[in-house]
Amino acid sequence: MTNANLRRALLSVAAPLLALLVAVALTSLVLLALGDPVRDVWITMLSKPKPRQLTNIVNGAIVLYLSAIAVAVGFKMNLFNIGVDGQYRVGSFAAALFAGQAWLPGILNVIVAIIVSMAAGGLWASLAAYLKVKRGVSEVISTIMLNAIATGLVSWLLLKVAVQEAGSNAISTKVIPESSQLAGWKLIPGESNRVFSLLALAVLVGALYWFILGKTRFGFDLRATGSSETAAVASGVKVKRMVMTAMIASGALAGLVGMPLLFGQDYSYGTTFQAGLGFAGIGIALLGRNHPIGIAFAALLWSFLDTQANALQIRAGVAPELVYIIQGIILFAVVIAYEGTRRLDVRLEQQRVARELAALRAARVTEGAAA
Amino acid sequence: MGRGGLAITTLASPSLGSDTLAVEVTGITKRFPGVVANKDITFSVRRGTVHALVGENGAGKSTLMKILYGVQRQDEGTIAINGAQVDLHSPADAISSGIGMVFQHFMLADNLTVLENVVLGAERLHGISGGARREIRRISAEFGLDVDPDDLVANLGVGDRQRVEILKVLYRGAKILILDEPTAVLVPQEVDELFDNLRELKADGLTVIFISHKLDEVLSVADDITVIRRGTTVASVDPKTVNARQLAELMVGSQLPTPETSESTVTDRVVLSLRDITLAGSEGRNLLTDIDLDIHAGEIVGIAGVEGNGQAELVEVIMGMREPSAGIVKLEGTDISAWEVREIREAGVGYIPEDRHRHGLLLDAPLWENRILGHQTERPNVRGQLIDAKSAKADTERIVREYDVRTPSIHVTAGSLSGGNQQKLIVGREMSHNPKVLIAAHPTRGVDVGAQASIWDLIRKARHEGLGVLLISADLEELIGLSDTIRVILRGRLTGTFDPDTVTSQDLGSAMTGADGSHDVGAHDAPSDAPQDLR
Repeated sequence: MTNANLRRALLSVAAPLLALLVAVALTSLVLLALGDPVRDVWITMLSKPKPRQLTNIVNGAIVLYLSAIAVAVGFKMNLFNIGVDGQYRVGSFAAALFAGQAWLPGILNVIVAIIVSMAAGGLWASLAAYLKVKRGVSEVISTIMLNAIATGLVSWLLLKVAVQEAGSNAISTKVIPESSQLAGWKLIPGESNRVFSLLALAVLVGALYWFILGKTRFGFDLRATGSSETAAVASGVKVKRMVMTAMIASGALAGLVGMPLLFGQDYSYGTTFQAGLGFAGIGIALLGRNHPIGIAFAALLWSFLDTQANALQIRAGVAPELVYIIQGIILFAVVIAYEGTRRLDVRLEQQRVARELAALRAARVTEGAAA
Repeated sequence: MGRGGLAITTLASPSLGSDTLAVEVTGITKRFPGVVANKDITFSVRRGTVHALVGENGAGKSTLMKILYGVQRQDEGTIAINGAQVDLHSPADAISSGIGMVFQHFMLADNLTVLENVVLGAERLHGISGGARREIRRISAEFGLDVDPDDLVANLGVGDRQRVEILKVLYRGAKILILDEPTAVLVPQEVDELFDNLRELKADGLTVIFISHKLDEVLSVADDITVIRRGTTVASVDPKTVNARQLAELMVGSQLPTPETSESTVTDRVVLSLRDITLAGSEGRNLLTDIDLDIHAGEIVGIAGVEGNGQAELVEVIMGMREPSAGIVKLEGTDISAWEVREIREAGVGYIPEDRHRHGLLLDAPLWENRILGHQTERPNVRGQLIDAKSAKADTERIVREYDVRTPSIHVTAGSLSGGNQQKLIVGREMSHNPKVLIAAHPTRGVDVGAQASIWDLIRKARHEGLGVLLISADLEELIGLSDTIRVILRGRLTGTFDPDTVTSQDLGSAMTGADGSHDVGAHDAPSDAPQDLR
C-alpha cells in the first residue's frame, strides 16, 4: 500500500515537471525559429524575483487560486464550468456596488459584500445549471454564452451607476469606504507593498474544498457522480440536484475571485478591473489536478510566469505575450502527461494485483502440498 | 483434480496433412501487463468442419480470437492459414486471408436496410445496388440464410440479425468464420436454426470456429473441440466420446458446481409486491404492462426472458430509478412507489446491478470507497454527515475476508479486480446492510466458474436467511437451478409461471419467444394478445 502511494506520489510530481521541461524546450524552439535570444529570455524568466515582485506573485496567485478552485468543483463532477469568468465579473460588480454604499461599517461591510458576490456568482451559474438540468443544454455552451452576456450586462449597468474619477476616462462604482479597505499583511520583508488580507479567504476555501469533497457524504456523492453518473444514480444520488448544487457552488466560489482585488487593491469595480481570471483558472485547475495543494502550486507558478514576463520587453527585447505561449504549451503537455501517467498507473496497478494474487495462489499450493 | 477415465486425445493434433488444415495455431503466447492471457496455445482446425473452442469466461478465448482476427498481435507463436504462415497486423489482413469474424454484439445500423448494412465498408466488391443485391441473394440462397436484402434491420429479430452478420462476413469472401458466443443472445429454437446454417456452411467447404461455453450446444454441432483453461489449450477432444459434464470438468479443472437449491424455505410472508405496474415508453408503447408479482420471504423468484423484454425496466422501477406510470410497489406492506432510490435502498432492498461496471462500481476508486457506494447514508460508512473512512475500511476488510474477494489490499481500484471478485465485493456489500429483498440482475454474468459457484451459494444463503430474491438471468440453467418460481417476461408482460422442478429449457424458450401460444399459464389476468403491441 505504501508502495503504491509512493508510486502515485512520484508519478504525480513527475508529470508536471515533465510538462514544464517540454514547455521550456518547445518555447525555445519557437524563439530559435524566430531568431529571438533564447538565453536572455530564460535568464529573465528564471531570475530571482525582487521582494516587490514576490508580493505581486503571491497576490496574483491568491486570485488565481480562488478561480481554479471554482473550476475544480465543477471538474470533480465532470462539469466544465467555463463561466467562472462571467460569474466573477457579475459577483465583483454586485459586491462593489453594495460595499460602495457603505450601509454597513468596516469589516461587516466586507463580509456581507463577499456574501453578495457569492450569491450573484451562484445566481449567474444557476442559469447554466437550470438549462442543463431542465433542457439538457451543455454547460460548456451555456456558460460561454453567459460569459458574453455577463460582460455586456456589467458594462451596461456600470454606465448607469458609475462615478467618473476626476481627470480620467475610466469609470467605476463608488469607492468603498476606507474602513472597509483591507490593508494587507507585510509578509515579505524588504518592500512596502503588502499581501492581500484575503489570502486568509483563499486558505479557508482550500481547506473547506479539501474537507467537503474528501470527508463528507456530500463530497462522496459529488465525486461518485463525477466518476460514474450511472453508478451514482444506482447508489441513490439525485444527479440532477447534484448538478444544480455543484454548478451553483462553483459559481458562488467564482464570486470570491474578485474579492481580494476589490478590497485589497482597486476598492471599486471599474473598467480597469482585472479580466480573464476565469480562463486562467481552468488551466490552473488542470495543472493542479483539482487538488487543493496542487492548485496552490499551479497558481504560484502561473503568477510567477505572469510577473516575470513583464521584464521580457526591457531585458530581452521580446514581447511579454511570450508567456501565453509558455503557459499554453505547459497545459498541452500537462494534459498529455497526466493521461499518460494515469494509464501507466492503471497498468502498474493491474500488474501488481495480478502478481500478488499469483504469489498468494502459489503460497496456497505449496501449503496444500506440504499438508 | 482427479478426472477419471476421460477419452482425451492429447494436444498433438491428429497427423493430418497440412493441405486439409484451414488454420494451424502453434505456440501462441500473449502477455498483458501482469498477466499472461494466452500461453502456448496450439490447435488445428480441419477445413470444412465446425471447430469449437470452449473455456470458461476469462480463460483467454477472446484474446485468442482477437489475435486470429488481427486486432491484437501475439508475442510468440505462429498462425498458418491453409498451410501458409500469415502475419496478421489488422482485421484487414485477416479478411484478406479469408478470415471473418461474427461478434457477439451485433454491429448493424438499425435504420439501414440489410443491403446497406452489408455493403457498408465493402462498396468496392459488388457496388451498392443491383450487383450487391444479386450477390446477397446468391449467398443467402446458397447457405440457406433466408435474408432479404431490402428488409430494414430495425424490423429484424435477433436470429435474423445474426444471419445478416454472417452474410456480411461471407460477402467479404471469408472462408473461415469465427463466431464469438453466437448463441448467447438466442433462444433454443433460434440456436437450432443457427446450427442448421452452420452445417450448410460446412457442407460447402467453409470452416467455422465456434466459441462457446455452452457445452450441450458445442457437443451437438462441433466436429472437433479444443478446451482452453487458464490461457492455454489443455485438451482436444472428440465430441462423440465425451459428455457435457466431462467437458465442463476439463474446462474448470475440477469438479463442477451446479446451481441447485435444496429444500424449500418459502414462507407465506410477502416482502415485495408489485401490483398493476405499467411503465409507458416513448412512442406510446408500454415498456411494462400490468406487472403483478409477489416475492415471499425465503423465496427466489426467477425472471426468464429474452433480453430487452422489460427486465431492466422492471428492476429500475423497483429500485426507484424510474417512476412507474401506474401501479404500486410495496415493501413489507409499505407503499414505496414514490420513494427515491436512496430511501428504497435504506429500507432494505439490496441491488446487484446487471452491468456492474456502469451501475455497481466506481472503477477508479479503491475498494473501500466502493464499499460505501450505494450505502452512503448508512453505518459503518458514515457518521452523521461525515464519511467514516476508518470503519468503512475495517468493514471492507471483513467483506473481503468473508466473501472471499481475491485482492492484495482494499486500497487497489475496483477496476483492477477480475469480474468475479468485483461481483463478490458487490454481493458482500449488499448483504452487509440486512436487506429484506435482494434484486439480483444477471449476478453471474462474466464471472468465472469458481466465483459463479460462490455467488450461487451466497444467493442460496440469502434465501435461507429469509430474504426475498428477485433473480433475473439469461442463463436458463441458473434460473431453473436456483429459483422457487419462474416467471417469464415477454414484451413487458409477465406471461407465464413455471415450476422449476418440472420445466425444461425448451418450455421456457417457447414461452420467452411467445411461441407457445398460451401466454398465461399463471393465474393472473394478462391478456394473451400481447404480440399486437410490440414494435
